Amino acid sequence: MTITDNERFEAMIEADEKIEPRDWMPDGYRATLIRQIAQHAHSEVIGMQPEANWITRAPTLMRKAILIAKVQDEAGHGLYLYSAAETLGISRDEVVNMLHTGRQKYSSIFNYPTLSWADIGVIGWLVDGAAIVNQIMLQGTSYGPYSRAMVRICKEESFHARQGYAILMALSNGTDEQKAMLQDAIDRWWGPALMMFGPHDSESTHTEQSMAWKVKRISNDELRQMYIDQTIPQGHYLNCTFPDPDLSFDEESGHWNVGPIDWDEFWATVKGNGPMNRERIAHKVQAWDDGAWVREAAEAYAEKQAARSHKIA
Amino acid sequence: MSYEVPIAPGETVDDLKTETTANHGWQLWEVFVRPKRGLSYTHCGSVHAADSESAVQNARDAYARRGEAISLWVVPSSAIHASDDPESLFESFDDKPYRHPTFYEIPDEVGQL
Repeated sequence: MTITDNERFEAMIEADEKIEPRDWMPDGYRATLIRQIAQHAHSEVIGMQPEANWITRAPTLMRKAILIAKVQDEAGHGLYLYSAAETLGISRDEVVNMLHTGRQKYSSIFNYPTLSWADIGVIGWLVDGAAIVNQIMLQGTSYGPYSRAMVRICKEESFHARQGYAILMALSNGTDEQKAMLQDAIDRWWGPALMMFGPHDSESTHTEQSMAWKVKRISNDELRQMYIDQTIPQGHYLNCTFPDPDLSFDEESGHWNVGPIDWDEFWATVKGNGPMNRERIAHKVQAWDDGAWVREAAEAYAEKQAARSHKIA
Repeated sequence: MSYEVPIAPGETVDDLKTETTANHGWQLWEVFVRPKRGLSYTHCGSVHAADSESAVQNARDAYARRGEAISLWVVPSSAIHASDDPESLFESFDDKPYRHPTFYEIPDEVGQL
Protein backbone atom coordinates (compact mmCIF):
# COMPACT_ATOMS: atom_id res chain seq x y z
CA MET A 1 0.00 0.00 0.00
CA THR A 2 1.38 3.37 -0.90
CA ILE A 3 0.43 6.44 1.03
CA THR A 4 -0.20 9.71 -0.71
CA ASP A 5 1.79 12.89 -0.14
CA ASN A 6 -1.18 14.39 1.57
CA GLU A 7 -1.61 11.42 3.90
CA ARG A 8 2.04 11.63 4.85
CA PHE A 9 1.69 15.37 5.51
CA GLU A 10 -1.45 14.88 7.62
CA ALA A 11 0.24 12.10 9.59
CA MET A 12 3.22 14.32 10.35
CA ILE A 13 0.95 17.14 11.55
CA GLU A 14 -1.00 14.67 13.66
CA ALA A 15 2.20 13.33 15.25
CA ASP A 16 3.39 16.90 16.04
CA GLU A 17 6.35 16.50 13.70
CA LYS A 18 7.69 19.65 12.07
CA ILE A 19 7.18 20.22 8.36
CA GLU A 20 10.49 21.15 6.68
CA PRO A 21 11.11 23.14 3.47
CA ARG A 22 11.68 20.16 1.16
CA ASP A 23 8.63 18.23 2.36
CA TRP A 24 5.51 18.03 0.24
CA MET A 25 2.84 20.39 1.62
CA PRO A 26 -0.63 21.44 0.44
CA ASP A 27 -0.68 24.66 -1.60
CA GLY A 28 -2.95 26.28 0.96
CA TYR A 29 -0.52 25.51 3.78
CA ARG A 30 2.35 27.04 1.80
CA ALA A 31 0.34 30.14 0.87
CA THR A 32 -0.92 30.64 4.44
CA LEU A 33 2.60 30.41 5.82
CA ILE A 34 4.16 32.69 3.23
CA ARG A 35 1.54 35.31 3.98
CA GLN A 36 1.79 34.95 7.76
CA ILE A 37 5.60 34.80 7.97
CA ALA A 38 6.05 37.65 5.48
CA GLN A 39 3.57 39.88 7.30
CA HIS A 40 5.19 38.98 10.59
CA ALA A 41 8.54 40.05 9.05
CA HIS A 42 7.00 43.29 7.73
CA SER A 43 5.68 44.01 11.23
CA GLU A 44 9.17 43.73 12.69
CA VAL A 45 10.58 46.02 10.03
CA ILE A 46 7.84 48.67 10.14
CA GLY A 47 7.90 48.40 13.95
CA MET A 48 11.32 50.07 13.92
CA GLN A 49 9.77 53.39 12.84
CA PRO A 50 7.69 54.36 15.89
CA GLU A 51 10.58 53.53 18.20
CA ALA A 52 13.35 55.02 16.08
CA ASN A 53 11.33 58.24 16.32
CA TRP A 54 12.68 58.64 19.89
CA ILE A 55 16.32 57.58 19.49
CA THR A 56 17.63 61.13 19.18
CA ARG A 57 15.43 62.29 22.06
CA ALA A 58 16.08 59.51 24.59
CA PRO A 59 16.49 61.08 28.04
CA THR A 60 19.93 59.59 28.83
CA LEU A 61 22.83 58.12 26.88
CA MET A 62 22.11 54.70 28.43
CA ARG A 63 18.46 54.79 27.38
CA LYS A 64 19.58 55.81 23.91
CA ALA A 65 22.03 52.91 23.62
CA ILE A 66 19.31 50.50 24.82
CA LEU A 67 16.79 51.84 22.33
CA ILE A 68 19.26 51.53 19.44
CA ALA A 69 19.94 47.92 20.46
CA LYS A 70 16.21 47.20 20.60
CA VAL A 71 15.52 48.73 17.20
CA GLN A 72 18.45 46.75 15.78
CA ASP A 73 16.89 43.58 17.24
CA GLU A 74 13.65 44.34 15.39
CA ALA A 75 15.61 44.55 12.14
CA GLY A 76 17.21 41.21 13.02
CA HIS A 77 13.81 39.66 13.75
CA GLY A 78 12.58 40.84 10.36
CA LEU A 79 15.58 39.18 8.72
CA TYR A 80 15.11 35.83 10.52
CA LEU A 81 11.52 35.83 9.33
CA TYR A 82 12.26 36.85 5.73
CA SER A 83 14.81 34.05 5.71
CA ALA A 84 12.11 31.62 6.92
CA ALA A 85 9.66 32.88 4.27
CA GLU A 86 12.25 32.33 1.53
CA THR A 87 12.47 28.63 2.43
CA LEU A 88 8.90 28.37 1.08
CA GLY A 89 10.04 29.44 -2.37
CA ILE A 90 9.28 33.14 -2.47
CA SER A 91 12.06 35.64 -3.17
CA ARG A 92 12.98 38.46 -0.82
CA ASP A 93 12.36 41.01 -3.54
CA GLU A 94 8.85 39.72 -4.07
CA VAL A 95 7.83 39.92 -0.40
CA VAL A 96 9.38 43.36 0.04
CA ASN A 97 7.62 44.48 -3.10
CA MET A 98 4.31 43.18 -1.78
CA LEU A 99 4.74 45.33 1.32
CA HIS A 100 5.71 48.41 -0.67
CA THR A 101 2.72 48.10 -2.97
CA GLY A 102 0.24 47.40 -0.18
CA ARG A 103 -0.48 43.83 -1.26
CA GLN A 104 0.77 42.58 2.09
CA LYS A 105 0.35 44.29 5.43
CA TYR A 106 1.92 44.46 8.86
CA SER A 107 0.49 44.56 12.36
CA SER A 108 -1.86 47.52 12.76
CA ILE A 109 -0.31 48.44 16.09
CA PHE A 110 2.47 50.25 14.20
CA ASN A 111 -0.01 52.61 12.62
CA TYR A 112 -0.24 54.56 15.87
CA PRO A 113 2.14 57.46 16.58
CA THR A 114 4.67 57.63 19.43
CA LEU A 115 3.86 61.00 20.99
CA SER A 116 5.95 60.96 24.17
CA TRP A 117 8.93 59.18 25.72
CA ALA A 118 6.48 57.16 27.84
CA ASP A 119 5.22 55.59 24.60
CA ILE A 120 8.61 53.91 24.19
CA GLY A 121 8.26 52.26 27.60
CA VAL A 122 4.64 51.32 26.92
CA ILE A 123 5.55 49.76 23.56
CA GLY A 124 8.13 47.53 25.27
CA TRP A 125 5.69 46.56 28.01
CA LEU A 126 2.31 46.35 26.22
CA VAL A 127 3.18 45.81 22.56
CA ASP A 128 6.19 43.53 22.96
CA GLY A 129 4.35 41.90 25.87
CA ALA A 130 1.47 41.00 23.53
CA ALA A 131 3.99 39.85 20.92
CA ILE A 132 5.62 37.54 23.45
CA VAL A 133 2.31 35.84 24.31
CA ASN A 134 1.68 35.28 20.60
CA GLN A 135 5.21 34.23 19.75
CA ILE A 136 5.59 31.77 22.63
CA MET A 137 2.60 30.00 21.12
CA LEU A 138 4.18 30.19 17.65
CA GLN A 139 7.34 28.40 18.86
CA GLY A 140 5.10 25.33 18.63
CA THR A 141 4.00 26.08 15.06
CA SER A 142 4.20 23.15 12.64
CA TYR A 143 6.56 24.72 10.07
CA GLY A 144 10.17 24.11 11.17
CA PRO A 145 11.90 27.30 9.95
CA TYR A 146 9.11 29.49 11.40
CA SER A 147 9.26 27.68 14.72
CA ARG A 148 13.05 28.06 14.92
CA ALA A 149 12.82 31.78 14.11
CA MET A 150 10.29 32.13 16.95
CA VAL A 151 12.58 30.42 19.45
CA ARG A 152 15.35 32.85 18.57
CA ILE A 153 13.02 35.86 18.70
CA CYS A 154 11.44 34.91 22.03
CA LYS A 155 14.88 34.83 23.67
CA GLU A 156 15.37 38.46 22.64
CA GLU A 157 11.85 39.75 23.31
CA SER A 158 12.29 39.37 27.03
CA PHE A 159 14.89 42.15 26.92
CA HIS A 160 12.41 44.30 25.00
CA ALA A 161 9.61 43.91 27.52
CA ARG A 162 11.86 44.43 30.53
CA GLN A 163 13.62 47.55 29.20
CA GLY A 164 10.15 49.00 28.50
CA TYR A 165 8.84 48.26 31.97
CA ALA A 166 12.06 49.71 33.47
CA ILE A 167 11.36 53.00 31.65
CA LEU A 168 7.84 52.99 33.10
CA MET A 169 9.01 52.25 36.64
CA ALA A 170 11.28 55.28 36.44
CA LEU A 171 8.35 57.44 35.27
CA SER A 172 6.01 56.09 37.94
CA ASN A 173 8.51 57.15 40.59
CA GLY A 174 9.01 60.54 38.96
CA THR A 175 7.33 63.95 39.01
CA ASP A 176 3.57 64.45 38.66
CA GLU A 177 4.17 65.40 35.05
CA GLN A 178 6.03 62.16 34.38
CA LYS A 179 3.28 60.14 36.05
CA ALA A 180 0.68 61.89 33.89
CA MET A 181 2.75 61.15 30.77
CA LEU A 182 2.84 57.48 31.74
CA GLN A 183 -0.92 57.29 32.33
CA ASP A 184 -1.62 59.06 29.05
CA ALA A 185 0.52 56.55 27.14
CA ILE A 186 -1.33 53.60 28.72
CA ASP A 187 -4.66 55.24 27.90
CA ARG A 188 -3.73 55.49 24.23
CA TRP A 189 -2.03 52.07 23.78
CA TRP A 190 -4.19 49.68 25.82
CA GLY A 191 -7.03 49.37 23.28
CA PRO A 192 -4.77 48.87 20.25
CA ALA A 193 -2.66 46.36 22.26
CA LEU A 194 -5.77 44.22 22.91
CA MET A 195 -6.58 44.37 19.19
CA MET A 196 -3.18 42.87 18.37
CA PHE A 197 -4.61 39.40 19.02
CA GLY A 198 -7.06 39.84 16.16
CA PRO A 199 -10.83 39.50 15.95
CA HIS A 200 -12.86 37.36 18.35
CA ASP A 201 -12.75 33.64 17.63
CA SER A 202 -16.37 33.79 16.45
CA GLU A 203 -15.36 36.35 13.78
CA SER A 204 -12.01 34.90 12.83
CA THR A 205 -12.49 33.08 9.55
CA HIS A 206 -9.02 31.61 9.14
CA THR A 207 -8.39 30.41 12.67
CA GLU A 208 -9.96 27.00 12.18
CA GLN A 209 -7.78 25.95 9.26
CA SER A 210 -4.65 27.39 10.88
CA MET A 211 -5.38 25.44 14.05
CA ALA A 212 -5.97 22.23 12.08
CA TRP A 213 -2.59 22.64 10.37
CA LYS A 214 -1.07 23.54 13.75
CA VAL A 215 0.29 26.77 12.26
CA LYS A 216 -1.47 28.33 15.19
CA ARG A 217 -1.86 26.47 18.49
CA ILE A 218 -4.06 28.73 20.65
CA SER A 219 -7.03 30.88 19.57
CA ASN A 220 -7.13 34.71 19.48
CA ASP A 221 -9.45 35.04 22.46
CA GLU A 222 -7.51 32.60 24.61
CA LEU A 223 -4.24 34.38 23.88
CA ARG A 224 -5.85 37.75 24.58
CA GLN A 225 -7.13 36.52 27.94
CA MET A 226 -3.70 35.20 28.93
CA TYR A 227 -2.26 38.60 28.07
CA ILE A 228 -4.92 40.53 29.99
CA ASP A 229 -4.43 38.40 33.10
CA GLN A 230 -0.68 38.88 33.15
CA THR A 231 -0.75 42.58 32.26
CA ILE A 232 -3.39 44.16 34.51
CA PRO A 233 -1.48 43.57 37.78
CA GLN A 234 1.67 44.97 36.14
CA GLY A 235 -0.22 48.19 35.35
CA HIS A 236 -1.49 48.42 38.90
CA TYR A 237 2.05 47.98 40.19
CA LEU A 238 2.89 51.19 38.30
CA ASN A 239 0.01 52.89 40.16
CA CYS A 240 -1.77 53.29 36.86
CA THR A 241 -5.27 52.56 35.65
CA PHE A 242 -6.61 51.12 32.39
CA PRO A 243 -9.02 53.09 30.17
CA ASP A 244 -11.86 50.62 30.64
CA PRO A 245 -14.80 51.32 32.98
CA ASP A 246 -15.91 47.68 32.68
CA LEU A 247 -12.62 46.20 33.84
CA SER A 248 -13.27 43.78 36.70
CA PHE A 249 -11.70 40.79 38.37
CA ASP A 250 -13.74 37.60 38.48
CA GLU A 251 -12.84 35.91 41.77
CA GLU A 252 -14.39 32.66 40.73
CA SER A 253 -12.52 32.12 37.45
CA GLY A 254 -9.43 34.07 38.49
CA HIS A 255 -9.60 36.07 35.22
CA TRP A 256 -9.85 39.78 34.48
CA ASN A 257 -12.83 40.79 32.36
CA VAL A 258 -12.50 43.67 29.92
CA GLY A 259 -15.20 45.77 28.27
CA PRO A 260 -15.99 45.77 24.53
CA ILE A 261 -13.14 46.35 22.08
CA ASP A 262 -13.54 49.02 19.39
CA TRP A 263 -13.58 46.79 16.30
CA ASP A 264 -14.58 49.64 13.99
CA GLU A 265 -11.29 51.32 14.79
CA PHE A 266 -9.49 48.01 14.33
CA TRP A 267 -10.88 47.31 10.85
CA ALA A 268 -10.40 50.92 9.75
CA THR A 269 -6.73 50.63 10.66
CA VAL A 270 -6.34 47.21 9.01
CA LYS A 271 -7.85 48.66 5.84
CA GLY A 272 -5.29 51.45 5.75
CA ASN A 273 -7.06 54.31 7.53
CA GLY A 274 -5.19 54.37 10.83
CA PRO A 275 -3.35 57.50 11.96
CA MET A 276 0.03 56.53 10.45
CA ASN A 277 -0.58 53.97 7.67
CA ARG A 278 0.44 56.17 4.75
CA GLU A 279 3.43 57.69 6.49
CA ARG A 280 4.84 54.29 7.54
CA ILE A 281 4.81 52.88 4.01
CA ALA A 282 6.04 56.11 2.41
CA HIS A 283 8.98 56.14 4.82
CA LYS A 284 9.75 52.46 4.17
CA VAL A 285 9.70 52.91 0.39
CA GLN A 286 11.88 55.99 0.62
CA ALA A 287 14.44 54.17 2.80
CA TRP A 288 14.52 51.35 0.22
CA ASP A 289 14.99 53.78 -2.68
CA ASP A 290 17.59 55.83 -0.82
CA GLY A 291 19.53 52.62 -0.15
CA ALA A 292 19.67 51.61 -3.81
CA TRP A 293 23.15 53.04 -4.34
CA VAL A 294 24.48 50.97 -1.41
CA ARG A 295 23.10 47.75 -2.88
CA GLU A 296 24.49 48.62 -6.30
CA ALA A 297 27.89 49.65 -4.93
CA ALA A 298 28.20 46.38 -2.97
CA GLU A 299 27.37 44.45 -6.10
CA ALA A 300 29.85 46.38 -8.24
CA TYR A 301 32.56 45.85 -5.62
CA ALA A 302 31.84 42.12 -5.47
CA GLU A 303 32.07 41.86 -9.25
CA LYS A 304 35.35 43.75 -9.31
CA GLN A 305 36.86 41.55 -6.58
CA ALA A 306 35.71 38.41 -8.38
CA ALA A 307 37.24 39.60 -11.66
CA ARG A 308 40.49 40.45 -9.90
CA SER A 309 40.83 37.09 -8.16
CA HIS A 310 40.04 35.39 -11.45
CA LYS A 311 42.90 37.23 -13.12
CA ILE A 312 45.37 36.25 -10.38
CA ALA A 313 44.32 32.63 -10.56
CA MET B 1 6.81 42.07 17.50
CA SER B 2 4.41 39.97 15.65
CA TYR B 3 1.57 38.65 13.79
CA GLU B 4 -1.01 37.51 11.76
CA VAL B 5 -2.79 40.33 10.04
CA PRO B 6 -6.48 39.45 9.67
CA ILE B 7 -8.17 39.65 6.32
CA ALA B 8 -10.80 42.39 6.43
CA PRO B 9 -14.33 41.49 5.37
CA GLY B 10 -14.59 41.77 1.60
CA GLU B 11 -10.83 41.98 1.14
CA THR B 12 -9.18 39.78 -1.48
CA VAL B 13 -5.77 38.24 -1.01
CA ASP B 14 -3.28 38.52 -3.85
CA ASP B 15 -1.84 35.43 -5.43
CA LEU B 16 1.77 34.80 -4.61
CA LYS B 17 4.42 34.58 -7.24
CA THR B 18 6.79 31.99 -5.90
CA GLU B 19 8.97 31.80 -8.96
CA THR B 20 10.39 35.26 -9.23
CA THR B 21 13.83 36.31 -10.26
CA ALA B 22 16.97 36.80 -8.22
CA ASN B 23 17.34 39.35 -5.48
CA HIS B 24 18.76 42.55 -6.97
CA GLY B 25 22.00 40.74 -7.74
CA TRP B 26 22.71 39.83 -4.12
CA GLN B 27 22.86 36.13 -3.58
CA LEU B 28 21.51 34.04 -0.73
CA TRP B 29 23.99 32.59 1.80
CA GLU B 30 23.34 29.93 4.42
CA VAL B 31 24.77 30.80 7.82
CA PHE B 32 26.38 28.33 10.24
CA VAL B 33 27.55 29.35 13.71
CA ARG B 34 29.98 27.75 16.12
CA PRO B 35 28.71 28.76 19.57
CA LYS B 36 31.94 27.84 21.39
CA ARG B 37 35.16 25.94 20.99
CA GLY B 38 34.64 22.20 20.90
CA LEU B 39 31.22 22.41 19.24
CA SER B 40 30.31 21.90 15.59
CA TYR B 41 28.96 24.56 13.29
CA THR B 42 25.15 24.58 13.25
CA HIS B 43 22.90 26.02 10.58
CA CYS B 44 20.91 29.00 11.82
CA GLY B 45 19.35 30.71 8.78
CA SER B 46 20.34 32.71 5.74
CA VAL B 47 21.33 36.22 4.69
CA HIS B 48 21.58 38.17 1.48
CA ALA B 49 24.92 39.65 0.44
CA ALA B 50 26.88 40.60 -2.64
CA ASP B 51 30.06 38.75 -1.60
CA SER B 52 31.40 36.44 1.09
CA GLU B 53 32.99 39.24 3.08
CA SER B 54 29.76 41.21 3.44
CA ALA B 55 27.86 37.95 3.99
CA VAL B 56 29.99 37.37 7.11
CA GLN B 57 29.26 40.91 8.30
CA ASN B 58 25.54 40.55 7.65
CA ALA B 59 25.47 37.16 9.36
CA ARG B 60 27.19 38.65 12.40
CA ASP B 61 24.58 41.44 12.58
CA ALA B 62 21.63 39.13 12.02
CA TYR B 63 22.54 36.01 14.00
CA ALA B 64 25.22 36.87 16.55
CA ARG B 65 24.39 40.09 18.39
CA ARG B 66 24.69 38.49 21.84
CA GLY B 67 27.71 36.25 21.77
CA GLU B 68 25.90 33.37 20.05
CA ALA B 69 28.99 32.66 17.96
CA ILE B 70 32.76 32.64 18.20
CA SER B 71 33.00 31.80 14.52
CA LEU B 72 30.75 31.79 11.45
CA TRP B 73 30.55 30.04 8.11
CA VAL B 74 28.67 31.46 5.16
CA VAL B 75 28.02 29.21 2.18
CA PRO B 76 26.27 30.17 -1.08
CA SER B 77 22.85 28.52 -0.82
CA SER B 78 23.26 27.26 -4.39
CA ALA B 79 26.28 25.21 -3.25
CA ILE B 80 24.22 23.08 -0.87
CA HIS B 81 23.13 19.74 -2.25
CA ALA B 82 20.52 17.99 -0.16
CA SER B 83 19.45 14.37 -0.03
CA ASP B 84 16.16 13.62 -1.67
CA ASP B 85 13.81 10.90 -0.66
CA PRO B 86 14.27 9.85 2.98
CA GLU B 87 12.59 6.50 2.43
CA SER B 88 14.85 5.15 -0.26
CA LEU B 89 18.06 6.70 1.05
CA PHE B 90 17.82 5.79 4.72
CA GLU B 91 15.56 2.75 4.89
CA SER B 92 18.33 0.12 4.97
CA PHE B 93 19.15 1.44 8.42
CA ASP B 94 16.14 -0.38 9.85
CA ASP B 95 17.24 -3.84 8.74
CA LYS B 96 20.62 -3.65 10.39
CA PRO B 97 19.92 -3.68 14.12
CA TYR B 98 23.20 -5.57 14.67
CA ARG B 99 25.02 -2.27 14.17
CA HIS B 100 23.77 -1.17 17.60
CA PRO B 101 25.41 -2.31 20.83
CA THR B 102 22.00 -3.09 22.36
CA PHE B 103 21.55 -5.93 19.78
CA TYR B 104 23.87 -8.15 21.83
CA GLU B 105 22.88 -9.70 25.13
CA ILE B 106 25.77 -9.86 27.53
CA PRO B 107 25.32 -11.25 31.08
CA ASP B 108 25.62 -8.75 33.94
CA GLU B 109 28.47 -10.80 35.47
CA VAL B 110 30.71 -9.77 32.61
CA GLY B 111 30.65 -6.21 33.91
CA GLN B 112 31.13 -3.05 31.92
CA LEU B 113 31.40 -3.81 28.21
